[in-house]
Amino acid sequence: MDIKMKIENLNFFYGELQALKDINIEIESKKITALIGPSGCGKSTFITSLNRMSDLIEGTKVEGKITLDGEDIHNSEVDVIELRKQVGMLFQKPNPFPKSIYDNVIYGPKRYGGKRKVELDEVVEKSLRGAALWDEVKDKLHQSALMLSGGQQQRLCIARCLAAQPEVLLMDEPTSALDPLSTLKIEELFDELKKNYTIIIVTHSMQQAARISDNTAFFLNGELIEFGKTTSLYMKPVNSLTEEYITGRFG
Amino acid sequence: MRDNNISSRKLKNAVFHGIVLGATGFGIVALILLLMQVFRTGLMWLDWDFILSMPSRFPEKAGILSALAGSIWTIGLTILFSLPLGIGTAIYLEEYSNKKSWYNKLLQLNISNLAGVPSIVYGMLGLALFVRFLNFERSILSGALTLTLLIMPVIIVASQEAIKSVPNTLRQGSLALGVTKWQTITGVVLPYALPGILTGSILAISRAMGEAAPLIMVGAAGYVAFLPSGPMDSFTVLPIQIFNWTSRPQAEFQNIASAGIIVLMILLLSANAVAIILRNKYQNRMD
Ligand SMILES: Nc1ncnc2c1ncn2[C@@H]1O[C@H](COP(=O)(O)OP(=O)(O)O)[C@@H](O)[C@H]1O
Ligand SMILES: [Mg+2]
Repeated sequence: MDIKMKIENLNFFYGELQALKDINIEIESKKITALIGPSGCGKSTFITSLNRMSDLIEGTKVEGKITLDGEDIHNSEVDVIELRKQVGMLFQKPNPFPKSIYDNVIYGPKRYGGKRKVELDEVVEKSLRGAALWDEVKDKLHQSALMLSGGQQQRLCIARCLAAQPEVLLMDEPTSALDPLSTLKIEELFDELKKNYTIIIVTHSMQQAARISDNTAFFLNGELIEFGKTTSLYMKPVNSLTEEYITGRFG
Repeated sequence: MRDNNISSRKLKNAVFHGIVLGATGFGIVALILLLMQVFRTGLMWLDWDFILSMPSRFPEKAGILSALAGSIWTIGLTILFSLPLGIGTAIYLEEYSNKKSWYNKLLQLNISNLAGVPSIVYGMLGLALFVRFLNFERSILSGALTLTLLIMPVIIVASQEAIKSVPNTLRQGSLALGVTKWQTITGVVLPYALPGILTGSILAISRAMGEAAPLIMVGAAGYVAFLPSGPMDSFTVLPIQIFNWTSRPQAEFQNIASAGIIVLMILLLSANAVAIILRNKYQNRMD
């Protein structure tokens, strides 16, 4: 088993409020790890602590250790800018920039520097293909991204992440704002994506977690209740709280 | 009983409609009368000769060139100073400063209040600070710096509002891609806020273009018969030249003052047109 990220004894505080309590998880490389649990249990907090987007919120405190390929991401040597290139993030609501489709995809690479125009063109095609959007937009790359449907916008945001050549993709309920058909398209994409990327996805749909993930973590009130292979967690959960949650008795 | 009530409400409705219509009408009628007066007296004096000649004691020879050049110099420098300073301040206040700290609240309160200070007060400040203390004398530079102080609060407040309107999800989307904060500001925050910043700034700059009082304080001259060749030259501007002409006894000077007013209005309207065009251009790109 190849471990991409390892989270050890993670505690997270918003001021006085402790949102994560002593979390220990190992994220398998090139697998999909799903995070489930009722809202407010700390899933978003967990996921934003992995690329340190949580640093942007004032008054927070992190304890414990998070490693990416064995390196502590809170180490003072680690550049948080570089970390976020390696660990890309997709948000709940699609948030394309009010720019052209082309400019959205190259937003990152253009700013990391050192790429020529031809190379950027390549990046655009490759990333859009990677997000299964190329065929739909190849004739209108210079139109505004805001013209796209919600599902296309979310795939554009995936392409935008891919253009940074990340290793890990964090997704916080990426399909919760989309219709069933768009959701299906994105779920189909996951099989392709996990060949090259390690994916951690928060979902409030247990069916979705069951369909797409290899491993599942169940959170409750800031604690990790159970973590294991998705099949075994759903077939024979060890913890009775997990069983109650997946059979829909609460949350 | 019930009918009665309805008809009295209808009457009230009609009365208020009349009052607000009257209020609008008053402004419009006054404006039209003013414009008619200006055009009637000024239009026949307005030709290329008028625009390309220096002021003179003889009304038929007098022109507006030195004032026009002075206005362009002064406003040009004012734009050069006030835009970077104003927008920079707004970026600092919105994106970098800790908004909860007491000194920031104080700063914010001050900026908002400064926007309402009479322009003559800025003129006195300019006289003391730029003309005397910094020894810039009665120059275009002193005038431009004074106007910069005058319009900076307006530019800051307008830019802040525009920056505030940028959705946070865009900032997060940008930062999550591993670009720096500064790249996020130039990459998504400013482009999104630009229409608002431009609109506010150009309105502020048009205000500066029409100001006479603070420039009289810092010593803009009433009669300048040469073209300024640099920022340290003495100068006059359109509003002061117009004021100077209107205060002369001869009727002809009243008329060329009107011609000057037309030139100033054309300048102001062009500035506003530019604002509208720029705003629409960027807004279209947004949606
Ligand atoms: N910015 C914040 N400031 C303070 N408390 C927060 C903030 N974000 C989340 N929380 C709190 O942390 C807990 C976990 O929230 P979150 O991670 O968003 O849960 P989930 O994503 O599972 O719904 C909740 O109690 C929530 O109220
Ligand atoms: Mg959440």
